Amino acid sequence: MALTLMEGNEAIARGAVAAGCRFFAGYPITPATTILNHMLAMLPPLGGVCIQAEDEIASIGLCLGASMAGVKVLTATSGPGISLYSEQISFAVGSEIPIVIVDIQRLGPSTGSATRGADGDVQFLQWGSSGGMPVIVLAPADVADCFTLTAHAFNLAERFRCPVFVASNKEIAMTRASLDPERLAPPPPVDRAAPAPGPFVPFQAPAAGGVPGFLPIGGPVPVRQTSSTHGPDGYITTDPAEITRMLKRMQSKVDAAADDLAIVEHHPAAGADTLIVAYGVTSRAAEAAVRQLAVRGRAASLLVLKTLWPVPAAAVRRAADGARRILVVEMNLGQYVREIERILPGRKIDFCGQMDGRLIVPETIVEAFNG
Amino acid sequence: MDSLLNAARPPVFCPGCSHDRITHMLDKAFLGMGLAADRIAMVSDIGCSGLFDTFFNTHAFHGLHGRALTYAAGIKLARPELTVVVTMGDGGQGIGGAHLLAACRRNLDMTLLVLNNFNFGMTGGQYSATTPPDAEVGSGFLNQLERPLDICAVAKTAGAPYVVRCSAYRPDITEVIRRAIEFKGFSVVDIWGICPGRFSKRNRLTTKAIEDGLARLPALEGEVPENRRREFGEHYRELAAAQRPVPPPRAVAASFAPLGEGRREVIMLGSAGQRIITAGEILCLAGMHAGLNVTQKNDYDITVLRGPSISEMILSPQAIDYAGIVRPAVVMALGPEGVARRRKTFAALDASAVVIQAAGVEVPASAARTHRVDFKTQGFKGTDWALASLAVMARLGLVVGMETLEAALAARLRGEALSTATEIVRAVRLGEWV
Repeated sequence: MALTLMEGNEAIARGAVAAGCRFFAGYPITPATTILNHMLAMLPPLGGVCIQAEDEIASIGLCLGASMAGVKVLTATSGPGISLYSEQISFAVGSEIPIVIVDIQRLGPSTGSATRGADGDVQFLQWGSSGGMPVIVLAPADVADCFTLTAHAFNLAERFRCPVFVASNKEIAMTRASLDPERLAPPPPVDRAAPAPGPFVPFQAPAAGGVPGFLPIGGPVPVRQTSSTHGPDGYITTDPAEITRMLKRMQSKVDAAADDLAIVEHHPAAGADTLIVAYGVTSRAAEAAVRQLAVRGRAASLLVLKTLWPVPAAAVRRAADGARRILVVEMNLGQYVREIERILPGRKIDFCGQMDGRLIVPETIVEAFNG
Repeated sequence: MDSLLNAARPPVFCPGCSHDRITHMLDKAFLGMGLAADRIAMVSDIGCSGLFDTFFNTHAFHGLHGRALTYAAGIKLARPELTVVVTMGDGGQGIGGAHLLAACRRNLDMTLLVLNNFNFGMTGGQYSATTPPDAEVGSGFLNQLERPLDICAVAKTAGAPYVVRCSAYRPDITEVIRRAIEFKGFSVVDIWGICPGRFSKRNRLTTKAIEDGLARLPALEGEVPENRRREFGEHYRELAAAQRPVPPPRAVAASFAPLGEGRREVIMLGSAGQRIITAGEILCLAGMHAGLNVTQKNDYDITVLRGPSISEMILSPQAIDYAGIVRPAVVMALGPEGVARRRKTFAALDASAVVIQAAGVEVPASAARTHRVDFKTQGFKGTDWALASLAVMARLGLVVGMETLEAALAARLRGEALSTATEIVRAVRLGEWV
């Protein structure tokens, strides 16, 4: 078998382009910069646009403008940049602008350590914008995931008209790995749906799915876009009933699809009474830990979450069914474990976390398992 | 058609607001240019200038405060055929100053109309970037402390090729706006007007006072000759078309047998500038030529020409899950910074591990066998020690063989770099076990 050598960030860029992304704007920041580099190499020869913007606020602003003009757009940054994106993210949520946002997580808080990994943004991505509306967050575990989940993220952004995050980590982004290029196969591309026939009402959603049909700025029908609280016609509204209908629709279009959006890998082990729950690069240490435990005659089941938001609650409950104990492992001081505790009330839930710039080693997970 | 204004949503500005006049004059300018509604994108900011998008039956984009120029740039790059007009207030110039500078430097073909009324009208008349120090505003004494911004001087300095400073009450304002829109490039029109709701309640500001104020400043009436240059979008597309497509990822077929068995971990500990990362990639390619799965994880400081440079490689016949180092088979000690960063690694080495030590680089005591090579005496520059140590490892029969290593060089390097590297790996001699 022939193998290729690739870092996660290159796989993200290639996945985006394969999904039809033709516009990228970003600002240099370790460990996300190599996505900008790859997009700059890939997009212009394809007739696409890659811009290094004046700051992160402009990066995502350029993307939102281009997305409303009908182009599939990507931006990529790390925690400090996500912080600057925050207001624009809430704009994309409330105004239903498709966009894929990559967060190559690095050790925080704040500037933190540019070349050290962490999974410290997993709650921030969901809750770090005003209004508290649901977003979609996917978490790759390896380089191949970086490709396929990014391509998938584009399809979801188109389908749901909302920001979709790819929550990677320096440890995947800048670690090269060999892989079979055959694994880099994007899902069939999905494009944002056109509106129903008749006069165009920009935020009028069909009953099913709750996602308004899209027409681009620049097409033959004038299109309105606004960051203000609006009714279906895209004009400001103060009518509480209308506001409630709009916001409930935006909430439910994502939340009601949670089962459909759930991407998890469940590895049940016969005789195991502990379920290990992990995501991102840590799930690979968890796999190694499960293997080491098996060698020592101890069985552990493993659930790897690739969708973090909306929380794949049903899949977690199914995997946890019959487990005496749940062990949540993550590269932070306790973030996603809150969600597991929320959806599995009354269950014995242990936490194994670390946020010091190092990978969690399999032996640490084995110790937590034995602990 | 006699107007692009939205009959269902007439302008709602305060009586006497200069924005109302600009709304109608902008409509006239559009009509004079014969532009259809679907050929125009209005991008508005926050504040009273942010109401403009609702008054026009064109494409309309109303975003966040200060960021209008960023959306406009995205729209224009995606749809170069559109006429893009941005309305912002003086407040937006303050909060979005970086975007004004970038737009001037970039020179995309779009127009910024600054509806400059010297205060934040919507939030209570606070001082803005253009409020005079002697004005009475809703920010107490604070505006007395700051110097107002000359938007046009800034735009000119930042490279805007078309800058106009004018009164909203100029009789030919429609023509002023039209000429700015028709200009191919970024045009800035700083339009001074009266905010009757806030500013002129407490300050005597008349059209005559505006004229006088403008007369005190250097006139700016259009093209800035020293900033004349190509429009960004057109230039971008020309340069983009000349770029070569990126080939699909190159695959390496297994053509050699690996040395040894199981998962092998190799660490290179060096200093910035020793080409540690490149040597690590070559080892990975060698592993792939031997049919192994590989990972390469690097550790270096932000200062790329100083400090440690560390590369960790795993080569394994099995799929690699955990990509961190657990039990190194080979540690290459090539520079003091890298060794210092990973002192603990040495203490954990067992007797099966091998340390390849560059002479002159101190290493901590360990249970490993140590093979010392004097690269310097052999005539190698520090930048080549990492590559040379790969050849030492191969000669010692560890991890991958010499043929595999040379195949990796051929896969990674071309031309003179390849011949130089091949010479190095062939020339290197073993050192001694210590």
